[in-house]
Amino acid sequence: MKAGRLIWLGIGLIALALLFVVSLGIGAKPLPLQVVIDSLLGRVDGPDSTIILQSRLPRALIGLFGGAALGISGALMQTLTRNPLADPGIVGINAGAGLAVTLGFAFAGISQPHVLFAYSFAGALATAMLVHLISIKGVAKPDPVRFILAGLAVGAMMSGISSGIALLQPAVFNRMRFWMAGSLDVGDLTLVLAAIPLICIGCIAALVLARPLNALEMGDDMAASLGTNPLKTQTATLLTVALLSGTVTAVAGPIGFVGLMIPYIARWAVGPDLRWMLPFSFLYAPILLLCSDIAGRLIVAGELRVSIVTAFIGAPVLILLARGNSTARTALQ
Amino acid sequence: MTSLNRTILLGNIDGRINLRLQLRHVIVSVLLAVMALILAVFVLGLGTLPLSFADTLSALSGRANPRTAMIVLDWRLPRITMALILGAALGMSGAIFQSLIRNPLGSPDIIGFNTGAYTGVLITIVLFHGDHVMITLGALGGGLLTAVIVYLLSWRQGIQGFRLIMIGIAVSAMLTAFNMWLMITGSLETVMSAALWGAGSLNGMTWARAIPSAIACTLGMCLCLGLARRVRMMEMGDDMAGALGLSVGSTRLWLMIVGVMLVAAATAATGPVVFIALAAPQIAQRLCRTRSMTLAASACTGAVLLLGADAVAQHLFSPFSLPVGIVTVSIGGLYMLWLLVRDAS
Repeated sequence: MKAGRLIWLGIGLIALALLFVVSLGIGAKPLPLQVVIDSLLGRVDGPDSTIILQSRLPRALIGLFGGAALGISGALMQTLTRNPLADPGIVGINAGAGLAVTLGFAFAGISQPHVLFAYSFAGALATAMLVHLISIKGVAKPDPVRFILAGLAVGAMMSGISSGIALLQPAVFNRMRFWMAGSLDVGDLTLVLAAIPLICIGCIAALVLARPLNALEMGDDMAASLGTNPLKTQTATLLTVALLSGTVTAVAGPIGFVGLMIPYIARWAVGPDLRWMLPFSFLYAPILLLCSDIAGRLIVAGELRVSIVTAFIGAPVLILLARGNSTARTALQ
Repeated sequence: MTSLNRTILLGNIDGRINLRLQLRHVIVSVLLAVMALILAVFVLGLGTLPLSFADTLSALSGRANPRTAMIVLDWRLPRITMALILGAALGMSGAIFQSLIRNPLGSPDIIGFNTGAYTGVLITIVLFHGDHVMITLGALGGGLLTAVIVYLLSWRQGIQGFRLIMIGIAVSAMLTAFNMWLMITGSLETVMSAALWGAGSLNGMTWARAIPSAIACTLGMCLCLGLARRVRMMEMGDDMAGALGLSVGSTRLWLMIVGVMLVAAATAATGPVVFIALAAPQIAQRLCRTRSMTLAASACTGAVLLLGADAVAQHLFSPFSLPVGIVTVSIGGLYMLWLLVRDAS
């Protein structure tokens, strides 16, 4: 079992490194490997290196770190809620960010990427906290089902309000439809460089949380006797998920499905132990994201956004797994 | 209160007609139906020309002056009638799906109908600039095709709840992505009219539009009530239902067909109105104090909910008239939060 897990991680590491380089080279203007390396090292100057440093490097970096963040927050959510259907969006992060951005577009006239980032990030964090507070209000210990229902309810309300505002104001609607379709083409290295430390902090927090979350899966009583406090663990997990996927949504817009699907496959490939699921998700979620991004650049001339391609690459895999042999099915359940 | 929990028997216990009814269910359903009708007459009086309760009643009974009669019967009545019928249809289909999946989060959405219908509408509006009839056909075609695909992909020596949910999620994710692509490639004008449809609205309802879907919904609900006994047996679990002589596979297929038919008829008329199918069965369950699904009470609850939400959507923010789907989603969210907080304390 252990060798099998290490092989999965090894393959993932190599594939991810390859995809990262390919992602820098492929696009409207294909560039050879030598040019890519030289530009990264700062040895050449010119239009080619500008393309790489200003457009493709931010894209590849947010694909790498953003993908990892989505995969890890999905794994955390599914373990915390003990529900394989949970994804980071269930905390209401996308709906909260969407409402904040809609309000910003409609009433504050925001347009600059940095302001957009701030609105979206604040909206995501505030919503996650609201969901958490509602789910623990008046109960002795946190309950995953209450948490999911609270997330669904808050998310539904916020997206209802956002679409109400957008439908009354065509200009807002026009900006929202592009914001809603998340894209890795952020074209701004400083934003990405600001996001990477946040994601790294989140990843470290996730690793620290792996052991208490594993303990929680054995039941609250067992966890308590192992020295885990369910309430503290839920709060910390939620903050981590909000930090990770809130950052991604703030930089790239909502990207669905990755955080749901990759942890599924992780459980099938390396088992339910979070200490293995986290590294697996860390490697394979960016693989899915970078693959989709590259495919989106190749399929049509005008480029397809990553949030659109992801589902078309990921969903068939999920369908095959769901229909597949019984071992895969039991692992998924 | 215990006397309310009696069971009454219509017909003979061994006869051809033997219908067992819980007294509480009957009373709750009748009260809800009466409430829906009173609310309907009240809402008929609302609008730019407010009418009194008595005026509305006289218009309904054909004793009012022609002008009032036209406002009430031709302009306002189609919308109110549709709110009642479609609310009932959605409530009932929600009860069927929650009972099939044995999960309070079950709704016709899991089989991907609404997402597929939205795809069909986006295609007809954005790619073909279709008119009203084509939009309706697009919605029906897209939704039904998606439901069939999800069902067939989930079929592997029978249908199993969890597999159905997973495949529903995967297919819906692909369609959502495709919808998103259509949304950002189409012109703002066409996409916005598609989005207005997608929000679910009873605005501009006329008799001509209302009647086909009203007939389909009524037929579907009658079929449903005919299957009510089987729903109760299915809730005991597949093994138990089979032991009681029920053909589990075909019953499940029939329930799903009727459930989808109800949603399809409703969606064709108004666009997807979310949340009614999710909430109505849950509210009805609590009112009837039962753990099983109550089809009639769910239908009546759905009618009251949709009528109320539509009145709010139409009149609260006047002169703006919001799509009712946006109101149901917001009120629905609040209601679910209230339930959560109330259950805790």
